[in-house]
Amino acid sequence: MKCSQCESPATVHLTEIIDGKTKKIDLCESCAKEKGVTDPSGFALADLLLGLGASSEIESSGEGKQLVCGACGFTQADFKKSGRLGCPECYSTFADPLEAMLKQMHKDTLHRGKVPAHLKEQRERGMKRADLQMQLEESIKAENYELAAQIRDQLKQFAVSTASRPKE
Amino acid sequence: MKMELNEFLISAEEFGQRTGPHDAIVLSSRVRLARNIVGIPFPGRADRESKQRVLETVQPAVESLPEMKSHFSGAMADLKAVEKQILMERHLISREHAAKGAGSGIVLNRDETLCVMVNEEDHLRIQSIRPGLQLKQVWQRIDKFDSELEAKIGYAFSDKLGYLTACPTNLGTGIRVSAMLHLPGLVLNEQVNQIIQAVNKLGHTVRGFYGEGTEALGHIFQVSNQMTLGETEAEIVERINKVVLQIVEHEATARRTLLEKKPNELFNHVGRALGVTAHAHIISSKEAMNLLSLLRLGISMNLMPGLERSSLDELFLLIQPAHLQQTCGEKLASEQRDLVRAGLLRKRMKGVKGVKPPPEPSDA
Repeated sequence: MKCSQCESPATVHLTEIIDGKTKKIDLCESCAKEKGVTDPSGFALADLLLGLGASSEIESSGEGKQLVCGACGFTQADFKKSGRLGCPECYSTFADPLEAMLKQMHKDTLHRGKVPAHLKEQRERGMKRADLQMQLEESIKAENYELAAQIRDQLKQFAVSTASRPKE
Repeated sequence: MKMELNEFLISAEEFGQRTGPHDAIVLSSRVRLARNIVGIPFPGRADRESKQRVLETVQPAVESLPEMKSHFSGAMADLKAVEKQILMERHLISREHAAKGAGSGIVLNRDETLCVMVNEEDHLRIQSIRPGLQLKQVWQRIDKFDSELEAKIGYAFSDKLGYLTACPTNLGTGIRVSAMLHLPGLVLNEQVNQIIQAVNKLGHTVRGFYGEGTEALGHIFQVSNQMTLGETEAEIVERINKVVLQIVEHEATARRTLLEKKPNELFNHVGRALGVTAHAHIISSKEAMNLLSLLRLGISMNLMPGLERSSLDELFLLIQPAHLQQTCGEKLASEQRDLVRAGLLRKRMKGVKGVKPPPEPSDA
């Protein structure tokens, strides 16, 4: 059996049970030591599931106070222990500790894939609006006030058409 | 009347007869999407009641879609252990899902190409599978299915982060694109580790036959994407497709090299595989898979006249523990299974002629 972190033969076999779910992990001597597996109490599955340093990332954020999800009661400690989140709302609650982690884990931290059809229009409008806002700031910075005025008009139009849209 | 699972499932024979592009090397193409319902805790956090509510919402919604016109739908709690294992052996559900009880369920379509797991790690795990290399077609199909479903179920979705999933590793697209590859040529040529390392370097994952943390039984490897956020689904599909095509090419070269450079070694492997499967009286599923893999290699290289790939693929399924027990109609202990398995193989290999080397190419 090989170490799940490197190619060396695994000598440390760890089983952790969280919410009745069994997770097995195989590590070699040096990776085990590096992760503090020799001291099981100090070991977090988050590190293995989400990458090195994930658990300390989770711990250090929130400025010392324990983050708790208002929707499902999931805590920072739960997150650290399981490497998973409690509910969709948790992504807002734990946005800070997640940010750096997602950067490491994925190609980017912004979703570029599929969008549910009923959100598509809304999303496109939001993106266009953000785009105009940026152009506006740039044109002001460049002291191009004529362009800035034009963009401001477009943004105003935008606000009007959004407000007049019937609610679904 | 509700249909029993074993009446619904297609036969192993039919299973083996399915074909697809590059199927001498690519066993199957699969895409799965992770989806959750807005405002409800993920299954790992949800209490029994809310899991049950999810199941009761999702199952009828899925069943009502045109692709599910004929379907099997059930709660994991109502399925027997052997039935769950059969689903797992067909790669229709994960090992984790097979372990689930109350509050979890599945919906499966007629030809076993579309399956929805309810309350696995996420509320929905939608997956589509087809034989051979058809990743793009599989993605298009599951995309359509998912769009139809999204009209009925309010998915948890964030503008910035995309589809919200229980584990941040699936966040964004929630997509896992994977291909099951049969690579005996690369294994025998001792090149498979190089390939695995190269694929890993590209940020993809290589796993064994039954997914995460399993061995590469029968020289079968699974290649899949790891990153799910920051790219479109089409880009991910395209990349895995490219990687798979490259591995297919390497495997084809490895098989040719074996035939040209080490023909005796190759004939020996295949011939011994036939000898053991045709005459053994006790055989484990692990040994059987490795031998059938070598026979499958022999068939792909036209060394085994009289033995069809379809019947080999059928046997691959029939020798698995749960399928074996289903065929026998009774629960068998491991030692009994090894006897029955050997008996089945002896029967099927009876009369199969030995390795016939292809004619030497003439220099004329």
